[in-house]
Amino acid sequence: MSKTLIAAGALMVCVSQPALAQQKSVKIGFVSTFSGPTAVIGNDMRNSFDLALDHLGRKMGGLPVEVIYEDDQQKPEVGKQKTEKLIESDHVDFIVGYIWSNVLLASLKPALDSKTIMISANAGPSQIAGELCSSYFFSTSWQNDQTPAAVGLYMNQEGVKNAYLVGPNYAAGKDMLTGVKATFWGKIVGEEYTRWPDQLDFSAELSKVRAAKPDAVFVFYPGAAGVQFLNQYVQAGLKSQIPLYTAFTIDETTLPRQGENAIGIPGAQEWVNDLPNDANKKFVADYKAKYKASPSFYGAQSYDAANLVNSAVVAVNGDVAKKADMIKAMEKADFASVRGSFRYGNNHFPIQNFYLQDVVKGPDGMLGLKTVATIVKDDQDGFHDKCAMK
Amino acid sequence: MRDEVILLIEQCLNGLQFGLLLFLLAAGLTLVFGIMDLVNLAHGSFYMLGAYFAATFAALTESFVLGAVLALVATFVVGMAVELIAVRKLYGRDHLDHVLGTFGLILFFNELVRLVWGPAGMNLPLPPFLSTSIEILPDVYYPTYRIAIIVVALAVALLLYIVVMRTRVGMLIRAGASNREMVGALGINIRLLYTLVFGVGAALAGLAGLIQAPILTAQIGMGENILIVALVVIIIGGIGSIRGAFIAAIFVGLVDTIGRAFLPEVFRMVMTPAAASALAPALSSMLIYLLMAVVLVLRPQGLFPVDGK
Amino acid sequence: MNAVFTARNLVIGALLVFLALLPIYVVATGQFFPLTLFTRIVILALAATSLNLILGYGGMVSFGHAAYLGVGGYVVGILAKEGITSGFAQWPLALAVCALFALVVGALCLRTRGVYFIMITLAFAQMIYYVAVGLDRYGGDDGLTIYRRSQFAGLIDLSGKVQFYYLCLALLLAAIWIVSRLVNSRFGMVIRGSRSNDRRMRAIGFPIFRYRLAGFVIAGMMCGLAGALLANHTDFISPAVMHWTRSGDLIVMIVLGGVGSLFGPLIGAVTLLMLEEGLSRVTEYWQIIVGPLLLFIVVYAHGGIDGILASLHRG
Repeated sequence: MSKTLIAAGALMVCVSQPALAQQKSVKIGFVSTFSGPTAVIGNDMRNSFDLALDHLGRKMGGLPVEVIYEDDQQKPEVGKQKTEKLIESDHVDFIVGYIWSNVLLASLKPALDSKTIMISANAGPSQIAGELCSSYFFSTSWQNDQTPAAVGLYMNQEGVKNAYLVGPNYAAGKDMLTGVKATFWGKIVGEEYTRWPDQLDFSAELSKVRAAKPDAVFVFYPGAAGVQFLNQYVQAGLKSQIPLYTAFTIDETTLPRQGENAIGIPGAQEWVNDLPNDANKKFVADYKAKYKASPSFYGAQSYDAANLVNSAVVAVNGDVAKKADMIKAMEKADFASVRGSFRYGNNHFPIQNFYLQDVVKGPDGMLGLKTVATIVKDDQDGFHDKCAMK
Repeated sequence: MRDEVILLIEQCLNGLQFGLLLFLLAAGLTLVFGIMDLVNLAHGSFYMLGAYFAATFAALTESFVLGAVLALVATFVVGMAVELIAVRKLYGRDHLDHVLGTFGLILFFNELVRLVWGPAGMNLPLPPFLSTSIEILPDVYYPTYRIAIIVVALAVALLLYIVVMRTRVGMLIRAGASNREMVGALGINIRLLYTLVFGVGAALAGLAGLIQAPILTAQIGMGENILIVALVVIIIGGIGSIRGAFIAAIFVGLVDTIGRAFLPEVFRMVMTPAAASALAPALSSMLIYLLMAVVLVLRPQGLFPVDGK
Repeated sequence: MNAVFTARNLVIGALLVFLALLPIYVVATGQFFPLTLFTRIVILALAATSLNLILGYGGMVSFGHAAYLGVGGYVVGILAKEGITSGFAQWPLALAVCALFALVVGALCLRTRGVYFIMITLAFAQMIYYVAVGLDRYGGDDGLTIYRRSQFAGLIDLSGKVQFYYLCLALLLAAIWIVSRLVNSRFGMVIRGSRSNDRRMRAIGFPIFRYRLAGFVIAGMMCGLAGALLANHTDFISPAVMHWTRSGDLIVMIVLGGVGSLFGPLIGAVTLLMLEEGLSRVTEYWQIIVGPLLLFIVVYAHGGIDGILASLHRG
């Protein structure tokens, strides 16, 4: 609803003042998924971004903020079209969002060609950390390979000798499985890539896992696929037989539907809701109060993205035409991130800690995610030396 | 060796399950096509509606089974309504007109669902008694829900067989498929028959949709992809033939599942796992269309053509 | 014969003038988005025009025509990725591959009629869709970004928005001209005749199959050209462009505009895409109008918009 109103409002602004040269506001385009089963992620991101704007008083550097949300329908070509529309028709100053790596990769060229500052609040494809890096691109999340690499380290610590890897066959899925293989010492007894995003029935893959009898299974399935995989894993009787290690498969958006199936299944993340810094405490508490639900890491990253943009606009006193200066300011990562302070690598990807998270039942009987340990500190992605930037 | 056998058995069960699901869709499609000579692309919309109705009613009544039953009734009613209001006007026209008109219905239903239920889709959680697994062979566990799907679909197939082969209504249906005018001349209320058949077809599609909903979730446009496969099934099986639809559906289901499961192994010998996993499902999907093309060229009426016309 | 200033001719004339002058408005105001939108419309109108040759005039309802958009686009994309960015190499190859594909598919499909023809063209389109999905090296389902547009050794710079637009418009008008020449030639008579009465044409002695196949190949090549243009326009190609629902969109454009009319596909493309752009800003649920509208046209207004305009001056 509000999205349509905002879009209509933006259109009226565009149409009524065709030669609008001077900045009256900061315009941000937000591309995410707002339809289909993964709309829950997009909504979490939008809610968090909106909350961040509330905390900023709806202004950055003295200017009012305008956000235009667009739905990529989880499709690369749609995300690309929406990105182009935001840049060419709505003339946004920043473009933020992007859950999916394939959507981000398809949308990269229009953003960079037009020299629009682009912030990924989730997707972290290896190509953009490496050879496709650009000074106009920033990430407030992670690089895809990092999180599973942390899981791989944990699997080593747990003494896993061999593992079966399963993931979806798109840019992020490939990155994730590669990431595990980068740190895991044991033997890979199987590697399955399933059709994305429409394959939600994993019976064939689970049969193969059972036949291979590995020490452990690693899986990456974001969103609805994560719900299905986990539930089917349990239904097939595998949870009690073969330990499961995950990345991005269990989070606050999927937990309600995974329920008790998720208890005792570890995952790695750069942010967990109970990280003990002030910014995070405020974020989680206010999110719960406003939206009656718990935020996920997607939301946390979007919250940070808003503050990253703010740090840039403040640094140039609202003169958003000064892109080089804004970029310099952003490189300092000079804002209170909900994951605690971090710094940027040369490729504008965060150098940060990764934590082990687990699902536990609280004293009130409610399920929640908790930090169990720090797996690795100040971790940098493995592609930064492929990036030409210093 | 035993592990491979177990894997094969599981994959065959998976393929059977998918094939039976396809049959539910194909049965309605082939009935409508055979009797009313109507290509109904909007059949996938009934599949989608079945899923949404089931999710809604199950949430309202807090019972999965009751929700499913209500959804079937609702889809049946909607099917008949669509026939009365829109589809009726297309009888006797060019096939292109059918295709276009029902394509328009697809667009309409997608948006209607979005309007009524919102863009995010709906979940249909399984009741506890279906969320377990059964030990079908020593040490081999198969999800209860999938067994239930197989049982239900086979029961429906049997019911259809009995109705079509052993009842008066079924006789009329078979007669109508062979010779429409004759049945009309016999004084049977052809219009009512058409409306009922269309409604039943819609209900069957809805059943397929609600069966898939716990796994795939109810989402907008979910009918589009599976509709094509269902069309392929009825072409292979022979338009108007339920028996043909059954055999073709099982066959297609098995080919697709086993192809997806075992082809990557074959390809992995010459390429990376990611590439193998991209190519294998592509190839097994292609196999189905290739099969249809071959059937059309060699036996244009399908494997079990309905005589007459 | 007929009056020149019929309603239909006025509308078409106005549309053509608008299309010709659009870049001037765009450059003057600095608002480039309308140009992007209309470049896309013109390219898809080219694709629809190619389909109209066989569907509108020949009655061959190909539900897999979008496949040629994909084939043309992928030839450009694959060559670009492999380092061959010269348009002089890419575009002729795209046309050749499409011609070959159309030849093979047509030879098999044209043996069937009616709904079987629809299904089998659909099947081949899906097959090529799945081939593209399986091409892991070229992105598969994620699609392939094209970093450098087709280069034409300085003759024309496709990165220049206005130049590119005029190229697309010129190619569209050329295609419409080609179609008009074809349908009014002997070739066209045979195709149109075989649509209404196959047997009679055969009895007169025409090798129907060969003519239809030729039409099929020409339509495929034309659509392949549109595919090459589309790949350049979006700097991106993905299997999605070949999905059967996109073939459906092309057919919708033809029906909206008027089946078997020269400018119908252009009118239909403009109408459908403007509806999409315009209505989607008003309400997200615009498709709820297009669906029943399509059904309405199919049942009651068979000539589409062109037919409606033509009937305004009948008598």
